[in-house]
Amino acid sequence: MARVVVDVMLKPEILDPQGQAVANALPRLGVTDVSSVRIGRRIEIDFAGEPDLDRAREIADKLLANPVIEDFDIRVVQDAAEVA
Amino acid sequence: MTMRIGVVTFPGSLDDGDAARAARIAGAEAVRLWHGDPDLRGVDAVVLPGGFSYGDYLRCGAIARFAPVMESIIDAARGGLPVLGICNGFQVLCEAHLLPGALTRNQHLHFRNRDQWLKVEATNTAWTNRFTPGQEILIPVKNGEGCFVADPKTLDALEAEGRVVARYIRGNPNGSQRDIAGITNEAGNVVGIMPHPEHAVEALTGPSLDGLGFFTSVLRALAGATADGQLAGGQQ
Repeated sequence: MARVVVDVMLKPEILDPQGQAVANALPRLGVTDVSSVRIGRRIEIDFAGEPDLDRAREIADKLLANPVIEDFDIRVVQDAAEVA
Repeated sequence: MTMRIGVVTFPGSLDDGDAARAARIAGAEAVRLWHGDPDLRGVDAVVLPGGFSYGDYLRCGAIARFAPVMESIIDAARGGLPVLGICNGFQVLCEAHLLPGALTRNQHLHFRNRDQWLKVEATNTAWTNRFTPGQEILIPVKNGEGCFVADPKTLDALEAEGRVVARYIRGNPNGSQRDIAGITNEAGNVVGIMPHPEHAVEALTGPSLDGLGFFTSVLRALAGATADGQLAGGQQ
């Protein structure tokens, strides 16, 4: 399995209304010690052959993330257990 | 000669019919364009209508921006073709990098649907030359991801270069930075606006006729002169 995981997150300076709504709901669960929640998106790309990090980075930069408002991280997942 | 305004339909477009009708009411011939066909059919201007392009699965407009018709529109817009992006069309223009910034989820997370007052600021664009600077207009707004954001440097540049086309007044429906409702590119031929001028072109169905000015503006720009006698930005 040649899997690349791309994590896309809104840049820290961009307000994340979804995360804020979740943070505001936490006291209803009795959770009062969380100061911030931010919500992002995890995308898994499976390459047919070897994982190509450069191409994955290009895909992320051009399509998966909007660099105007989002940052992204890329990593290859090697461990079968982690893939599962 | 009758001007031809192209209106693109993406899967999920729902205001393409209204945009075409607005173009006809303004006196143009509306030409329907299909997202999968790169042929612009010789149109003089293009409207990217509102709706939900490709379901906006990833981000609004992120996938639509790679549609075959967009490749042609991006090239033509860089060459001066007037392009108006309304709501989802505005999102597509930002994703296509024809306009700066991005549209994000409304700050209050609610879909907003109401008649909205705007103040028109930039009137030297291909799509707003029929308005007077500072003119207040009433057109509908309806969006879930209409919050305009950009870094402070970009916002300052937009303000300094007079590229804020319209600002929300009497309430900001989505949390847009600096109350920005619409912007233009440097040349003035590409305009993106979040509220819907095409829904305010007839007394029967709209809160005003104020939206018609966008469509009559482009006809004037294409005809060659703006209100102040200078050439409108962008026409070929």
